[in-house]
Amino acid sequence: MDTFLLALLLMAAGALLTGVVALRPVSHATNRTANFIGPASAAAACLLGVYGLFSGGWSSAESFMLPWGLPFGAFALGLDPLSRLFLLPVFALGFTCALAGCISLRHSDPAEHNLGAHWLFYLLLLLGMTCVMTARDALFFMLSWEIMSLSPFFLIDFNDRDRAVQDASWVYLVAAHLGAVLLIAFFALLWQECDSTLFSAMAVKAPVHGTALFLLALLGFGAKAGLAPLHVWLPEAHPAAPSHVSALLSGAMLNAGLYGIIRSLDFFGPAHEMPGWWGWLLMAAGMLTALMGILKALAQSNLKRLLAYSSVENMGLMVMGAGIGLVGIHTGSAWTAALGFAGCLFHMLNHSAFKGLLFLCAGEVLHATGTVDMTKLGGIQQRMPMLGVLFALGAASIACLPPFNGFAGEFVLSLSMLRSLELPGMEQKIAMLACLTGLMLTSGLSAAVYAKAYGMTFLGQARTDAAAHLHAPQNRFLLPLVIPAAACVLGGLFAPWAFSMVQPTLDFIPVMHAGLITPAAGVISSTESLLARISLIGGAALALVVLFALIRRALLARRGIRRGPVWGCGYQYGTPRIQYSPASFVEPAARIFGGVMGTTVKTEKPAGLFPAPVRLDVDAPDVVRGRFYAPLFQLMEKGCNALKILQNGLVNMYILYILVTLVALLIWGIA
Amino acid sequence: MSSLFQFVILLLLVTDLIMLWSGRILMLIRLSAVQGVLLAALLLLPVNGALDAEHVFLAAAVFALKGVGFPVFLRHVCHKLGIEPMVRPRLGRMYPLAAGLAGLAFSLWLEGRIPAVTDLFPPLLFPVALTTLFCGLILVVGCAKALAQVTGYLVVENGIFILGIPLMTEGSVWFELSILLDVFAAVFVMAIAINHISSAFDSIDVARFRNLRD
Repeated sequence: MDTFLLALLLMAAGALLTGVVALRPVSHATNRTANFIGPASAAAACLLGVYGLFSGGWSSAESFMLPWGLPFGAFALGLDPLSRLFLLPVFALGFTCALAGCISLRHSDPAEHNLGAHWLFYLLLLLGMTCVMTARDALFFMLSWEIMSLSPFFLIDFNDRDRAVQDASWVYLVAAHLGAVLLIAFFALLWQECDSTLFSAMAVKAPVHGTALFLLALLGFGAKAGLAPLHVWLPEAHPAAPSHVSALLSGAMLNAGLYGIIRSLDFFGPAHEMPGWWGWLLMAAGMLTALMGILKALAQSNLKRLLAYSSVENMGLMVMGAGIGLVGIHTGSAWTAALGFAGCLFHMLNHSAFKGLLFLCAGEVLHATGTVDMTKLGGIQQRMPMLGVLFALGAASIACLPPFNGFAGEFVLSLSMLRSLELPGMEQKIAMLACLTGLMLTSGLSAAVYAKAYGMTFLGQARTDAAAHLHAPQNRFLLPLVIPAAACVLGGLFAPWAFSMVQPTLDFIPVMHAGLITPAAGVISSTESLLARISLIGGAALALVVLFALIRRALLARRGIRRGPVWGCGYQYGTPRIQYSPASFVEPAARIFGGVMGTTVKTEKPAGLFPAPVRLDVDAPDVVRGRFYAPLFQLMEKGCNALKILQNGLVNMYILYILVTLVALLIWGIA
Repeated sequence: MSSLFQFVILLLLVTDLIMLWSGRILMLIRLSAVQGVLLAALLLLPVNGALDAEHVFLAAAVFALKGVGFPVFLRHVCHKLGIEPMVRPRLGRMYPLAAGLAGLAFSLWLEGRIPAVTDLFPPLLFPVALTTLFCGLILVVGCAKALAQVTGYLVVENGIFILGIPLMTEGSVWFELSILLDVFAAVFVMAIAINHISSAFDSIDVARFRNLRD
């Protein structure tokens, strides 16, 4: 715990120092200083943090409490396996993104960017996330939550001269605070019932308004996790933010929402008293979010927006896993409960690795070509082979291809639903099987999404000059990306070991203590041995691929190789325009799922003997945002403007308001 | 003694209502001086118990400030600014008076509803104090001239002072004196502010503040 506290102090000290630098007039010198202090303290704090996580024993629980001089609340920290598991991506990605950010920002123009402020908020975000995952007091939790929610606003607004970036950061801020309002209500109600803000006191008895509290927690934490229909900020904020920030937000901060949902299950009393539909609600919400996310991702042509929607999909899968776990607990099925929660947590770890990697790769693409619009990219694999391999690894992982870590996570999730036939009632069996089908569909679609993302960006020929004449970075600048890439490969090859990290967490999910802990351990160990076999086969296959590649290289080394253009279907003069575009790649899927996806396909077909240029556009506007949130906020703006009639500038009227209020209060107090 | 006390309270009520009816700024200032004198008289007519030195001292202070000091000061400001004598009531004369009477009715209703009032306050004192308070607020709301609003504020303060009289215990005279000092400072600051407003807007009509709204 001491090392962990030291890491927290280091983050705070780094934030203080960069804050001091930020206050000075911006120059090349201050930016260089900030770009050294910020990443260095973040990286050092994250390394210390990781050491702190493992030093006390992975499966132990520690706590720490300090008086803090406020009339209520307490500076209460705790480290149990659940916190440790969620902190692991925070520190690992915090380290990686600090290095990647340091490299990508090294030539920032002082006239446009104050790096002191940027690293201040980066460190505050890290500090906020760490405190959120370890807080054991509601008030301290909400304070940390606010720090964690506010800092990204300033991080997203990095390129603040761009109007779209400004809008995105405001959308983020509004969404984050709508979620925070619900959470404040959630904790305030709990506080009222338990008379204490400590989590340990809140977990003693079941609250009276359990269902209302559960819904508040689901919506409040769901807004952070990007649960549909509260996901609208994600596809706006992630493309607007600098890539190392998007990677950290997507790989670590979204997890805070999931952490909140799982942690808040402590506060609803014993598991058997919870209504059974809670689990089903979580499952349904997760499944719908996942399907919506992946279908939207499929239609995107902006690489970072595609990744953002893919994050929505993966968060949906995790929430679905938590829902499966709850259903399992409620029906007394150790298999479903253990594998549901374990799959959810395991997938969370894996998602942080590959999504961090993919966002960082997208950042390098943006840096090299100046765009992430896939209609303008292509052929990057030839020019930046190392980046191409890293992206391909991430894409293969997230598309659930064995033997990478994405497959291991979703394999556990699908295993959890396999015993659905043991569930009581036909409707539960059917619902579970429907969810399994949904998971399979999602996984298949994600393979299509990443075939598109990798194919359009890295394969084929460059579609524009920007992609053809890119500024390829030196390979040493790509080194930070090797960390998450290694996590993707090793997490798959050593999946049983990675999965065993999840097991102690199950003991610390209180709702599991309904006589399920012992059988759950058996389920976990049998799954581990299954994963070991898969890893072995996957490892062998990988070794075989490497072996064949080496043999091919050895055979070709002694022969002359001639390279020619790809056969262009008989066209005499091939141009980069005669290749799949992002729109044409998804056109069949967009036509099939159009009604569900909300996609519009616009085609101008060739006509006549000498056809004019033709077009195909696939557009996927966010229906929830356009049809629900935009009118809602317009209505609110109108309402607020109508209230301006009260602010008429007449002092007398203002005094009259006071008089009327006083008299009304007097009458109300007496009557 | 008690009937004299009641008479003074009734006189206070009458001054309140005349103030609402009156449209001249000098009349308002004069009536606020009368109220100051009446307040000092109330202090010298304790309902129960003998007169003590503290009450006399406080009465002298009230007389000096509210009966003489403020009115003279406000008249001075009035002459210095050379403002027109009419306050131009925003709502005419009938409505403020009706509102004052409604305030009186409300105060009488309230007296019956609060159980502690009958034990603590001599008859009539509570409703008159509350009516004075309301009349002050009505003056503030209803007048366009900033100077009239200052007198309105003084009337509000008088209402609060009347409410405080039966609650006065040993040593509370210092408390009351400090409030008087507070009011003195407030009136002083308001007069200075009015002076500045007058020079900035060429008028002390508060309706022109509207230009300042966003």
